[in-house]
Amino acid sequence: MSGIAVIDYDAGNTMSVMNALNALGCEVVLSNKPEVLLDADKVIFPGVGAYADAMSRLKEYGLIDTIKEVVSKGTPFLGICLGMQLLFDYSTENAADYGKDRIEGLGILPGSIVGFKENEKFTGLKVPHMGWNSLEIVNKDSKLFKGIDNGSFVYFVHSFYLDAKERSDVAARAEYGIGFDVAVEKGNVFGCQFHPEKSGDVGLKILKNFLD
Amino acid sequence: MFTKRIIPCLDVKDGRVVKGTNFINLRDAGDPVEVGEIYSKTGADELVFLDITASSDKRNITVNMVRKVAEKVFIPFTVGGGIRTVDDFKYILRAGADKVAVNSAAIDNPQIISEAALKFGSQCVVCAIDAKKRTDAEGWTIYKHGGRIDMGIDAVEWARRAYELGAGEILLTSMDCDGTKAGYDCELTRAVSDVVDIPVIASGGAGTFEHFYDAFEKGHADAVLAASLFHYKEMEISDLKTYLKDKGIPVRL
Repeated sequence: MSGIAVIDYDAGNTMSVMNALNALGCEVVLSNKPEVLLDADKVIFPGVGAYADAMSRLKEYGLIDTIKEVVSKGTPFLGICLGMQLLFDYSTENAADYGKDRIEGLGILPGSIVGFKENEKFTGLKVPHMGWNSLEIVNKDSKLFKGIDNGSFVYFVHSFYLDAKERSDVAARAEYGIGFDVAVEKGNVFGCQFHPEKSGDVGLKILKNFLD
Repeated sequence: MFTKRIIPCLDVKDGRVVKGTNFINLRDAGDPVEVGEIYSKTGADELVFLDITASSDKRNITVNMVRKVAEKVFIPFTVGGGIRTVDDFKYILRAGADKVAVNSAAIDNPQIISEAALKFGSQCVVCAIDAKKRTDAEGWTIYKHGGRIDMGIDAVEWARRAYELGAGEILLTSMDCDGTKAGYDCELTRAVSDVVDIPVIASGGAGTFEHFYDAFEKGHADAVLAASLFHYKEMEISDLKTYLKDKGIPVRL
């Protein structure tokens, strides 16, 4: 078996991601079976929801080691929204509810996920950051943004944002009260905070770039 | 640049678009998929489907429609109308909708907002509010069942409560302005928008470009909704956006 696999861990927007891939003419399977994910040509890791809850579901389904193995064997891997956030070291989302100051992520890429409201410089804007925002493409050789104009609009829905540790991993940034990282690329690992599956033609092109 | 959103609202009944669709190039003006695709291509930032199906098989009909729209339309869309239970949220979201709008059921049982937010995330819970100016005092009260029953509850207070319960967005319709084409109720919109920390969609009353500008500038709206104006081609979304951009409102063009 090969082709494109979307990781199934009961994430909210899985169907939208599958629909977009189908519209691009792809053969897609939705799976949480290690053998399927390890055998896929490309893997997409979607996600909408809360960080700690998603991590415990990944644990429950035994997916943590599988994801790390898929990434380390070099399979092109794309995390979307919460799926991107989970690739990093930790998030502060709801940490206090668990009596902690941070919730550990997968630690595949270095960096943290923090709340807009935790940043002192962030004032006067509503949270979640919900709607269309323009991209500042900072990696001119980016694969995801090949043929995409700087300043193109994509759709966001999130209350926590990425602060990547390695600046060279960052492919694009956006501004909402503060500037923050919205897309990463490092070797075979890709991630975007926005929803390409909901960003019209620009989003479909970004997905296609990942698949090509 | 973070932009203000322009949202066409489509009425659907038994899986068909029922209000005005004067688009040329439409093979089937009643097909929500085709209408949705056209709007997505002509600059709509999101779509709202207001479901007025009354059939006993409503849920299946609606879920089927949502599934078909989600397969072809790649911008966010909300489904509202007759949502009664957290299960209704589940089926509609699973079929591919991004958000679900709840109105009367939330008035009867506000916990539906918190339960849905906890289960599916605040981002997909839209609290729809129908508000009308009080005749006896300052302010506005909320109405349920499509504007038929005055609940006597203050609209601004209710919006704040919905926000505190975990709603991710407020869809605010002024019953006084709806259908008049005399402009949005900017006073109401501003009163609500300034007390909640979530986006507010202004609805009801749009007739001219300036009305949209006022909803953003005077009403502090985060998004605006209109129906007949777009459906009957009285206004092109792209022309509206060009106007707003020239006036300094950030829009996606």
